[in-house]
Amino acid sequence: MRPGITGLEDEAITIIREVAACFERPVILFSGGKDSVVMLHVAVRAFAPARLPFAVMHVDTGHNFPEVIDFRDRCLAGLGLNLTVASVQAAIDAGKVADAPSRNPLQTVALLDAIAENKFDAVLGGARRDEERARAKERVFSHRDTFGQWDPKNQRPELWNIYNTSHKQGEHFRVFPLSNWTELDIWTFIKEHDIELPSIYFAHKRRVFKRGGMLMADTEFLRPDTGEDVFEEMVRFRTVGDATCTAAISSTAVGIDDVLAETAVARVTERGATRADDKISEAGMEDRKRQGYF
Amino acid sequence: MRQLRFATVGSVDDGKSTLIGRLLYDSKSIFEDQLEHVEAVSKRRGDDYVDLSLLTDGLRAEREQGITIDVAHRYFATPKRSFVIMDCPGHVQYTRNMVTGTSTADLAIILIDARHGVVEQTRRHSILTSLLGVPHLVVCVNKMDLVDYSEDRFNEIRNDFEDFASRLQLRDVTFLPISALKGDNVVERSDDLKWFEGPTLLHHLENVYTASDDNKIDVRFPVQYVIRPRTAEHHDYRGYAGTVAGGVLRVGDEIVVLPSGLSSTITGIDSADGSLEEAVPGSAVTILLADDLSVTRGDMICRPNNRPRVLQDHDAMVCWLDSNAQLNPAKLYTLKHTTRSTRAKIGEVRYVLDISDLHRKTPEGPLSMNDIARVTVHTAEPLLRDDYEHNRVTGSFILVDESTGATAAAGMLLPPRE
Repeated sequence: MRPGITGLEDEAITIIREVAACFERPVILFSGGKDSVVMLHVAVRAFAPARLPFAVMHVDTGHNFPEVIDFRDRCLAGLGLNLTVASVQAAIDAGKVADAPSRNPLQTVALLDAIAENKFDAVLGGARRDEERARAKERVFSHRDTFGQWDPKNQRPELWNIYNTSHKQGEHFRVFPLSNWTELDIWTFIKEHDIELPSIYFAHKRRVFKRGGMLMADTEFLRPDTGEDVFEEMVRFRTVGDATCTAAISSTAVGIDDVLAETAVARVTERGATRADDKISEAGMEDRKRQGYF
Repeated sequence: MRQLRFATVGSVDDGKSTLIGRLLYDSKSIFEDQLEHVEAVSKRRGDDYVDLSLLTDGLRAEREQGITIDVAHRYFATPKRSFVIMDCPGHVQYTRNMVTGTSTADLAIILIDARHGVVEQTRRHSILTSLLGVPHLVVCVNKMDLVDYSEDRFNEIRNDFEDFASRLQLRDVTFLPISALKGDNVVERSDDLKWFEGPTLLHHLENVYTASDDNKIDVRFPVQYVIRPRTAEHHDYRGYAGTVAGGVLRVGDEIVVLPSGLSSTITGIDSADGSLEEAVPGSAVTILLADDLSVTRGDMICRPNNRPRVLQDHDAMVCWLDSNAQLNPAKLYTLKHTTRSTRAKIGEVRYVLDISDLHRKTPEGPLSMNDIARVTVHTAEPLLRDDYEHNRVTGSFILVDESTGATAAAGMLLPPRE
């Protein structure tokens, strides 16, 4: 293994190329969030000078920060890639799911539908093991049955760097090339390769209110309740997801070096600081993942 | 500095979770929300102490049963180095998890309770560490506070371990006296262990030299994927993508492609960061050749005078992993070795290894989960292979059950019998 971030990128490239070699219809998930941006860049680098041999898909809750959607489209246009959108709104309109205040868990239905419809057999995601305790148990090549379900107690052991990619018709794999990266590694890579991110990752003035100890953005999708005062604050987002369940943090980090410095001394995990949905139960992520969440 | 991936093997009784907790806590790698969570769960369960194992036991079933089922990955970094801890459950029924966790480890930490000394579990863990070819071993004699920090006791345990370990192939063994509970000699030195002149555990982990663990002599490049852009700009580009499994490839090197045996010269090495002059083990690169040969996934690029063995009959140590199916000698399995997949059949099971004392037993029934055995394997196509002791990448394979897709066994190739 080569030192530093290069060693982690070697590992990710090896994984991504294995997907290209062993699957018929791979798709790479891309939300515009920092992990998926890094994954996409690594994937493009893995096949250069040839084109990325994967489809690119965004599972869209419809509750987006406009800066992120702008960025998403600009980033893909820059790389010359087309986007498939799996829409939660479309799933709601078709009566497949009932709308809910947070559409984060509803993404599972849209994702599984899109996988079935497009016959995707490998779905690459930017999830990292350091994010959350159920993810710490996840394989790099993670098998999903025909219902898209994860069975954490019956996972295939993964030895050396030999990946078992065996799957039957209708089953698929979730593949996580950034499994062994940490939040700090992601930011280090972004800096080293001068990668553009949505502006909301950097400190900016925003109208926010406090809910459950977290700073929520005042958006058309999430309004304060009575008694929740809206105020202006310098904030940035450590994670970028559905606007109704992704919180901001107070920050003055306007540039990449400031963010790196802040990340290096952070005392709370990114999900603990910013994800309202993970606080619901001790096994919130495990339960969602079992059903097919990413 | 290269990232260090280390496995911790042992059970809660040895103080393993406490040790991991101590390493993370003292190196300020536990986040406040994680600690709050662990404290809340411990309190709710009525524990009178904070159970740090909850940091790694991530699955609902593990938390309910209070046991570690699966290998958990934990990440931490100091200013000097970044680390991945692969936390493996230690009991005999979890042999397969230990094999999995140690397969990619640079280093393994084995804990010995200073009161009990070398016990069966110590022997089992050491034998597995040796079998999996983990390059570095740290034997932590833990709970030194309970033996009055006795230097004599430490030396006694060390001598016992060395007596037993002389039969194993352990390349680099370090002994450290520690108390994970009190924090002695884990991150900070201890006044109670003044007689000990060696490093603290963290200091050792930060400085252990792993760059020489790779095989840098024998050039091995398994072709993973062929890159052909088919664009006007790169019309004639044909690159062989893969990850260097051994040796150092250089532009200008004469090479031979196996199994065809055709030779050529390396004209370029492309990487994500542009062209390179040389590629070291672990590098994910694309090799360009002077001649237009037919090279496909599963082929191997090596040097003309240093080739892997090309064989269809193999001797191997296997660890049976499948919990749902035993070895069926009549069945064909898919064998995956580097980037090559072929069908394989297990011939003879020569013996089953008793991993508590290295005793060779006659197999009593079909191989089943957690068994470690010496077998013969016949493959439909030849493997381009080295012995596991020379190269962990080109010497390892997995067997896949074709009816269920399960990973049935993991194998390590042995030198062929003369």
